Amino acid sequence: MDVLLLSRLQFAFTIMFHYLFPPLTIGLGMVLVYLGAMRLRRPEDPIYEQAARFWTRIFGLNFALGVVTGIVMEFEFGTNWAAYSRYVGDVFGSALAAEGIFAFFLESGFLAVLLFGWERVGVKTHFFATLMVAVGGIFSSIWIVIANSWQQTPVGFEIRDHVINGQTFQRAEITDFWAMVFNPSAVDRLVHVWLGSFILGAFFVMSISAWYLLKGRHLEFARRSFTGGLLLATVSSLAQLASGHSQAKGVGEHQPAKLAAMEGLYESKRGAGLSLFGWPDSQARELRFAVEIPGMLSILLHNDPDAEVRGFDALEADYGMPPVWIVFQAYHLMVGIGMLFIASTLLACYYLWRGTLYEKRWLLWYFVFAVLLAFVANEAGWMTAEVGRQPWVVYPTIVDGSPTGGLRTSDALSEVVRAEQVLASIIMFGLIYALLFVLWIVILNHKIQHGPDPIPGTDPGPRPESEPGPGLLEAATGRVDHSGTLTEANEPPDGRRAGPTGDR
Amino acid sequence: MDLHLLWFVILGVFLAGYAVLDGFDLGVGILHLTARDDTERRVMLNSIGPIWDGNEVWLVTFGGAMFAAFPEAYATVFSGFYLAFMLVLFSLIFRAVSIEFRSKLGSKAWRRAFDFGFFASSLLATLLFGVAVGAAMAGVPLDERGLYDGGFLDLISPYSVLVGMLAVALFAMHGAIYLLLKTEGDLRHRLYNRAWTGFGCFLVCYLLVTIMTLATIPRATANFGAYPWAWLVVLANVLAIANIPRSLFLHRPARAFASSCAAIAGFVFLFGIALFPNLVTSSVEPEARSLTLYNAASSEQTLWNMAVVAAIGAPLVLTYTGLVYWTFRGAVRLDPHSY
Repeated sequence: MDVLLLSRLQFAFTIMFHYLFPPLTIGLGMVLVYLGAMRLRRPEDPIYEQAARFWTRIFGLNFALGVVTGIVMEFEFGTNWAAYSRYVGDVFGSALAAEGIFAFFLESGFLAVLLFGWERVGVKTHFFATLMVAVGGIFSSIWIVIANSWQQTPVGFEIRDHVINGQTFQRAEITDFWAMVFNPSAVDRLVHVWLGSFILGAFFVMSISAWYLLKGRHLEFARRSFTGGLLLATVSSLAQLASGHSQAKGVGEHQPAKLAAMEGLYESKRGAGLSLFGWPDSQARELRFAVEIPGMLSILLHNDPDAEVRGFDALEADYGMPPVWIVFQAYHLMVGIGMLFIASTLLACYYLWRGTLYEKRWLLWYFVFAVLLAFVANEAGWMTAEVGRQPWVVYPTIVDGSPTGGLRTSDALSEVVRAEQVLASIIMFGLIYALLFVLWIVILNHKIQHGPDPIPGTDPGPRPESEPGPGLLEAATGRVDHSGTLTEANEPPDGRRAGPTGDR
Repeated sequence: MDLHLLWFVILGVFLAGYAVLDGFDLGVGILHLTARDDTERRVMLNSIGPIWDGNEVWLVTFGGAMFAAFPEAYATVFSGFYLAFMLVLFSLIFRAVSIEFRSKLGSKAWRRAFDFGFFASSLLATLLFGVAVGAAMAGVPLDERGLYDGGFLDLISPYSVLVGMLAVALFAMHGAIYLLLKTEGDLRHRLYNRAWTGFGCFLVCYLLVTIMTLATIPRATANFGAYPWAWLVVLANVLAIANIPRSLFLHRPARAFASSCAAIAGFVFLFGIALFPNLVTSSVEPEARSLTLYNAASSEQTLWNMAVVAAIGAPLVLTYTGLVYWTFRGAVRLDPHSY
């Protein structure tokens, strides 16, 4: 088999597995910071500590998997893509090293205090550690998205000759560090990644909470968690719409071939429509079964319904053509899920406001499973970005009609690695990741079944009368109590605590 | 000092940090199966519980810094030693999995499987690191362009395997001494025996490696002629090693631990001196084909940018590493949050 194809498959597989975890921990990190802050502000309310402990355990599991699968990525740049490493080390390497120094030490150090420090440090120190872990995750995403964005829209560098033992070859060398950091796509993409992470974290919280609500367990905890998750998800989904629009404009400007692939645009068009569905056929060079809003793409990109949008007829000679079908479908899947999220979170907010949210069992069931869509949307976004950049690993700039400064994926491979080596490592990764995935599901399920630890000194009977006055939330929960299906009495007795083995 | 040399030193510091810190982690893993029962195993596991993850970051950052500062050497080593690095990856993944998941379920078979996984992956990772150091000392086949020109088996020689065994003995001893600081009672008493055994094995390997290096790798000692002050490090290294049995005999584990940390840092330093000015030494025509601090480096601009990053980052890193170690000081107490 072809070493290029195998290496691409290996990279795609390992990074997509890795990318299940970082967005989740970034999103959950925000949840933990919120819970920690509330625990400081309202020490009399034990539910924040209960929630913080529960979500911290879930966070720890996901964080560990993110770390071990992340080391793989760093190794692969050197093992499989050595020519790429030689070409971009001067630029890309410094962002990666900055991630190590500024983010990883911060995260891993304070993670210890976050996970193991409950009985060892005070509430304030613990909150500080929570904050630092969350900030570490954000720092990490900043550097890695900057590095990736530089590959998409490279600036601040020059191609220079480098001599080794009398042989000359070319590589990218940095000329302007801050131009590299604030490359044209970096900020847009960073915001998009963060919002995607918040959405995933929020939907993850809502999924588990909705499940508890449907099963009638840990009701107070589940209601509060669900409400918090819903607010975060609603705001983030709406903001993601704006972010996605801004990013698409940037792609149209800096990576026109990627945009053409996202929209299945084989021919340049005045007044291009925005397709909702379609089936790109690169052989026939047409978008089959297209359902589109006329003129909308031109409006979105240029604020002008008659503006011209370039297709592959004008672009292919300079940029080549990525696998259009994959890019088109991944992009449309992501956008479609985004639209669904906006509609469903707004609907849920409406029901929350009406106070009937927790009666809508169908909607709760939807939220139990919607987290899978959130994972899919994050992965699809990654595919759009990375497959859309092909056949380039570093995108070229067009100077006098010819691509300059880029690096083709086919030229980025390790010179000395053979196909059977890559195949062997893919098989090994396949096996070990399958094991990791099964363990992840088993432990996650175990933790969810275990649920939050009961609050010490409270028996899970009916709630006392002296609750604070009915707010939005109480109005909603009141309805649940009257519905008869979801009552606190279903709460299992304190028999599910892990034995002496413990559980974090 | 020019920027290239500065980055060679910084890489050395990262490597020494990794070897000293993850060294005792790996050592605890190698000793893990010698514990008597589940509680003892959990005490040993939790002695590194909150910190092993942070210790491994030293390796990740070493890799990132090498990528940035010496991309040629990074690309050559990682792609050339493909299979070896994949094995390192798998042992690191498996190790993390074993630590993370071992205590999550009560089942005996589950725990046994991960106990063995923790031991085997710690052993394999240590052995591979040692073999890599041995192969780097001996030199590897490189072509004119600085690309690796051999297979997996070219890394394996009697010398590199012996260095691998040295690494295993050294880390096992280091881990046993670390555990003396974190345990109490009967377990601690028995760990003294482990520390002595570890020291004995280490001493044998150390002497063999020293003799073999002097006899078969003349390049390794060539720099001592040019830089006589390096003999001071050799002397300090020998004194640190000699202080380990002395401190063990006097039941001063903290001093023994400080000595074994110093000994490991000394080894990394000697490794650097032996390589200098090469990063990857070619076994064929070492003068013409090796990757050095100069021909394998990034541009001056990047080395400078990175130096600024390191200067800002280093005090922060040291501060919170210190804080975390301080938070979890003292003997291990199992609580509901333990592994």
